[in-house]
This record gives sequence, C-alpha cells and structure tokens, in this order.
Amino acid sequence: MTDDSATSPKAKPIARTRPIGEGRVWLCGLGLALGIAMIVFLLGLILVKGVAVFWPKPVSAITFTQQSADAPGGIPEIAGEIVKKQPRNDGKGLEWQIFTGNKDAYGSSFRFINADTIKSTALSEDLIVAERMEYGDSIFVPVEIKLADGTVIPAASPDFESQLASLVREAGQRRKNIFKLEKRQIGAINADIQRNQRSIRKLDLNENLTDTERTQGQEKYQTNIQKLEQDYQALAKQSRALREEQKADTLTYRLLSGEERTNAIGDLVSFYYPNRLTFFGRLGVALKHSWTFLSDNPREANTEGGIFPAIFGTFVMTLIMSVIVAPFGVIAAIYLREYARQGLLVRSVRISVNNLAGVPSIVFGVFGLGFFVYFVGGTIDSVFFQANEGPTYGTGGIFWASLTLALMTLPVVIVATEEALAAVPRGIREAALACGASKWQMTQRVVLPSATPGVLTGIILAMARGAGEVAPLMLVGVVKLADSLPLDTIAPYVHPERKFMHLGFHIYDLGFQSPDSEAAKPMVFATTLLLIVLVVVMNLAAIQLRNHLKKKYTVGTF
Amino acid sequence: MAKDTSTTPAKAAPASPPPDEEEGLAPDYIKVKDFSFYYGDAQALFDISMDIPEKRITALIGPSGCGKSTLLRNMNRMNDLIDGVRHKGDILLDGSSLYDPNVEVISLRKRVGMVFQKSNPFPKSIYENVVFSLRVAGRNRRKQLDEVVERSLKGAALWDEVKDRLHESAYSLSGGQMQRLCIARAIANEPQILLMDEPCAALDPVATLRIEELMGELRKNYTIVIVTHNMQQALRCSDRTAFLYLGQLIEFDDTMTIFSNPADKKTEAYISGLFS
Repeated sequence: MTDDSATSPKAKPIARTRPIGEGRVWLCGLGLALGIAMIVFLLGLILVKGVAVFWPKPVSAITFTQQSADAPGGIPEIAGEIVKKQPRNDGKGLEWQIFTGNKDAYGSSFRFINADTIKSTALSEDLIVAERMEYGDSIFVPVEIKLADGTVIPAASPDFESQLASLVREAGQRRKNIFKLEKRQIGAINADIQRNQRSIRKLDLNENLTDTERTQGQEKYQTNIQKLEQDYQALAKQSRALREEQKADTLTYRLLSGEERTNAIGDLVSFYYPNRLTFFGRLGVALKHSWTFLSDNPREANTEGGIFPAIFGTFVMTLIMSVIVAPFGVIAAIYLREYARQGLLVRSVRISVNNLAGVPSIVFGVFGLGFFVYFVGGTIDSVFFQANEGPTYGTGGIFWASLTLALMTLPVVIVATEEALAAVPRGIREAALACGASKWQMTQRVVLPSATPGVLTGIILAMARGAGEVAPLMLVGVVKLADSLPLDTIAPYVHPERKFMHLGFHIYDLGFQSPDSEAAKPMVFATTLLLIVLVVVMNLAAIQLRNHLKKKYTVGTF
Repeated sequence: MAKDTSTTPAKAAPASPPPDEEEGLAPDYIKVKDFSFYYGDAQALFDISMDIPEKRITALIGPSGCGKSTLLRNMNRMNDLIDGVRHKGDILLDGSSLYDPNVEVISLRKRVGMVFQKSNPFPKSIYENVVFSLRVAGRNRRKQLDEVVERSLKGAALWDEVKDRLHESAYSLSGGQMQRLCIARAIANEPQILLMDEPCAALDPVATLRIEELMGELRKNYTIVIVTHNMQQALRCSDRTAFLYLGQLIEFDDTMTIFSNPADKKTEAYISGLFS
C-alpha cells in the first residue's frame, strides 16, 4: 500500500495533451503567412513584370494561311513580339496578342490574331526593332541607308550594322546638343527676357514715377530685350541647322506587310536585331533600356522615353516634406509630452492628433489648395509678384505639395516622437536634473538624443506614407508633364514654385489616362517598381541612420 | 553582532572606523526638522528630525518602503518631479532652508551630487558624462574640462581603466564601472554633499567592495548620505546610522552603537535579521 502510493505519482505518465492556447498560435502563424504571401505575390508580380519590360524579346515573322481579316489589305506576313495567347471571346480557339509596333503604318501597336489563320511563325535574323522619337517602336527589315552626300549603303553590305549604329550614335549626340541649346541657353535667354518684361510691368504699376522716368526706365529694358532677342535668333538658327542635320541621313526599310518606308536616322533612338542577340547581348540591351528609362525625359504622352523628372520630383518632394515635418513634429511632441500639464486639454489634443492621421488624404489636398496655394500663395503673389504674368506662388507647386504632405504626415511624427520620449528611462532624466540641468537642458541634451531612434522611426513612416501619396498632390502641384525640374541651371536655380512630376501620379496617368493603354502597361509596372525601390532606398537610408544612432544611444543593461 | 563584523575585509576597516574623539568636532551639516512628506494622500515620512554631520558617512537603513529613499531624495528636492507631493517641516542645508522660495532648485542641486541605485550614465561618451554638470552650467573651456575629467575619474577610481577610451560610449563600460562613472559625474562639480541611493544594489561583491573603498576616500571631502539595504555595508563604511521604519525615524546614532547596543527593540530585531 505505502509503496504503491509512493511510486504511483512517479509512474503516472506525463500528460500529452497540448497546452491551452496552442491552436491559437497556429492561427496567428496562419495570419502572418497569409499576409506575407500577399505581399510577396504583389512585390513578385511587380518585380517580374517591371524588369521584363526592358528585356528584349524575340520577334516572330508570322505568315497567314489565307486572306485573314486580321491581316488588313491582304498582307501575307506580319512581324511582332508574341505578348500572350488567350482564348477567343467566342470560345472556339486561341487568339494571339502581337506587338507589331509601326503605329504610323498600322494604326496601332498591338493587334489580336486568330490563331487558326496562322500558317507558320519564324524567327528571321534580318528583323530590326528600332525605338523612334515618334510613333513608338518599329519592327522592320532594313533596305538601305542613304547618306546626305548621296552615298547609299545597302542592307546587304557587311558593315551595314556598324554604319547604322554609328549614325544613330551621332544622331543621339546631336539630339543632346539640341537639348542643351534649346533648354539651357535659349531657356536662360527666355528667362532673362521675362525678367525684363516684368521690370517693365513693375514700372507701369509704380505710381510714384513721373512719365519721363517711366519711359526712360522702360526704354532701357526694351533695349535689353532687343539684344536678348538677337541672341535668341542666333541660337534659334543654330538649333534649326542641327535639326536639319538630323533629317539629312535616311534609312529605308520594308515592313513585313510589304510596305517600304523611309525615316530620318535622327528620328531613331536605338535599334537592335532581336533574333541575333546572345544572352549577354540581350542583357546589354536591357541595361541600356533601363538606363534610358531612369535618365530620360518622357516622350509621346509619357508612354515612351524615361521618367527621370518623376523620380526627381518624388525624391525632392519627399525630402522637402521630411525636412519640414521633422522639426515641427518633434517640437510639438516635446511640448505635449514634457511640458504640457497632462490634463483634459492635452488628452483631447492628443486624441485629435491621432485622429488627424485618419483623415482622408484628399481632404488635406483640398486644404492645401485653399490655404497654401490660394491664400498664402495668392498673398505672396499680390505682394511680391504683382508684375508677373499669371500666378507664381498662387498655383500648385512642389513647395506647396511638400507642405501639404508635411501637414498630412505630422501626426505620424508626433505620435512616434511622443512614444519615444515616453520610453526614455526615468533614471537618466533624474541623473540630468541631479547634475543641475534645467528641464530644457535635460530635454535637449539627454532625453532627445536618447529618443532620436524613435523619432527617426516616425520620420521613416512619414516618408513612406508621403512618397506614395497621390490624391492630395493632384490638387497642389503635380502635373502630367513638367517641362522643367524644380532645380536647374537657370537663376535662381531653386524653383520651389514650379509644378513637378511624381511617380505615383505617373502610374495613374500612364495606366488610366493614356491614349494607348496597351503600350503603357509595361511602363506602369516599371514605374511602380521604381516607386517602390525609391521608397525602400529612402527608408533604408533612414534606417541605417537610426541603427547608427541606436548603437550610440541604447541604454545598456547588465 | 560586533564580533561578526570583525571578520569583514580588513582593507575597508582601517579606512572607515570613525575615530570617536573626532566625533564632537564634526559640525551638523544637514538639519532635518520635523519633516513630513506626502505622496498625494499617503504619508511617507512622519516628523523626522535628524542632524547629519559634515564629512562623515551617514547610512539610512530600514525595510523596503520605510521612506529612506524618500528622505534622501528630498535632500536635493528630487521628489519635486512627482505630481501631487507635499511636505511639512523643513530641511536645512548649511543653515539655509531647501524649501526657501528664494532657493533656486538648480543651484541647490549643484551643491548636492546624487548617485542612483541603477547606474544611469547618459547616452554620451565617458568624457561627456563626467563634464555634463559643467556643460549645463555653461563651463565649456576645454582645459578646465580635461582637468575635471581626470580629477573626477581619479576620485571615482576609474581613471586608470578608462583613460585611453574617454571618448567611447559610456555604455561600453561594465556595470561596476558605470556606477563609478556615475559617482565621478556626481563629484565633477565639486558638490558639498553626495547622496547615494543604494549605489551597490545592482553590483557584484567585487564592484561593491571597490565602491565602499571609494566612499572611504570620498569621506575626506564630502558629506555622504547613503541609503542601503545591506546592513553589513552600513556597518563597514558608515559613521552614523539612522534606522527608519514605516516612515518614522526609530533610532539615529553612531554606527557602532546602533549595531552593538541598539536602544530600540525594533532596531535590534531588524539588524539581527528578524524582519526585512
């Protein structure tokens, strides 16, 4: 008996039931897995589609079996990249979507072809894909180059490809020169002329002047303008000459539909033989395309060319926004947390700030338009820029957009800073006071440095939110196409009043406002990818800074 | 009890035993007069009166929650930071009241250094930690600061360990070093009084011993008030000991008297470990 009772508790096997709540851990894990899966899918889709845009695909020459409705004018053949194969609407078979390019000849760059009417496809090595300044890409078989001096280089000649390449390169150089001439030099002269005209109008508006003083002053400016006009004429002549040169050499080519066409070589941006390329050749073309995309201005209603102004605009706007929102948010949070008497008033202020973060962003846009643009900007205009034609600050611009977003992201920074301040240990506050520091010295020299990593977290969140915002920007300064950047070489170099381009708005514009949405689709993916990359890069920079500070400021434990 | 303590490390013993003949010479420096203190409605201290002598170490002992830290933190008005506190009575420092409306609390704290239970160096370099009190007072002359750093760190017996890495983060130090850094910071401004709130509570025995030795050194120049839970420590290094219980001062006398011949039964019970 006694033995039994002594051993039985030991002999009893340990219960193998699951601890209470174990199942819920799986539920949490499932939720996380679902979230991660969705994010990975979205990012993966954007990454794959975005990168694939620049990868040169083989071009097929498609031969039709019969007189097909898809081959207008009884064309026997057509060349294009096969984009996708999908079931037809009538459900009877497949149809292929083909990118044919040659919008000028065919009317559109894409067409759907009934798969039943296709006899064969072949990868012809003679086909060239060329990017042109106008009408998008062209896919053709080259015939001959005709130089300005009358020399003809037939496509069959062995150095045809290198000749064409060097001519295209020359044309590109000339295009750059034209750009420099027209944008920089002529742009500067135009700005000068405008300045003089403004001075004339200023004299007109000045009521304290006698008539003779006014006319004398105005005459001086008029002579200035005349001189500038002469400079302008000279430069314009140069630019006209360069433009003529661009048209001098021509390329004659044949479309697979049979038609022969001639294009100025100055009109070609780049070309490649899609079916001759090796893997590294393709990689080279892809890198070149990517670089053009990153560094060029957009063309053809934004569906071609690059998106540099949008990248630049997004970056500058986010930067200005962060620079404005950080000090304001931190100062407000310091007062709320460290100085204000914690009572009903402060509590309600805190709740209001938190709720401000939930206000739809378009509301901030409307406020920005009404307050910053019309009221503040309008006042600035009427005081300082009376002589300007049209509004200067009284219309949307990058500075007002940044201010609006700063206002929108202010709650994020305030909340994060408050949390960070609250988390600073009491010990080091007391130590600072015990050393004879005043409250402000304590806050400034000890508390704020310790809270800096937390403050930066808030700024990172604000940046991420601000950079991706579109709706309010549409009211306060974003445009489809800005012809000049907010920073450039024309005095005073910084133009906070200028309208700007933004990647988020660019996505909307390309995808939903573009005349050729099929052609714009790849650009949408690429632009989205770029926006994500830009936000990630800016966040990584801030996180790097935060980690650096954390190392410096974390409170040691022992 | 007294016999037990004779086995404590011989190193500390010769430095600290209070020479009895000197006792009469030490003038009273901090006078606590009928001091009561309230956290909101809860009374933490009841009519405490005690005279703390100059350039001696005075230990405050007692069970947790007896008010010894509260008393200590009132000596540099650190309790002002807490909402809803009030006091009755007065504390005099060198004859003038701490609570005199003309006393600026910042200048008061410059005369009273404080070391806390948990070492709390600032998120700055070792150098900047030490000179913090000078910087906030607007003293930024490099030469002077360098001197202060060397003097303070030597005073806190830390100089030899850190002299080659003064500009590294204070958080790179060990726990005991950090606490000594906090002592160096507290004496950088040459205060008259050093308040220590359980300075060794979070330290290992070796670090504790070093700090006790250090206190013996500091005693020459500073009036030290130390709160401790460790009765051995009070016995080892203090000249006078006050026993507080439930917010009341039960007994305040020479350390030797308290430990060998306590007048009150509660004191005897506490020091013999009957309750804690």
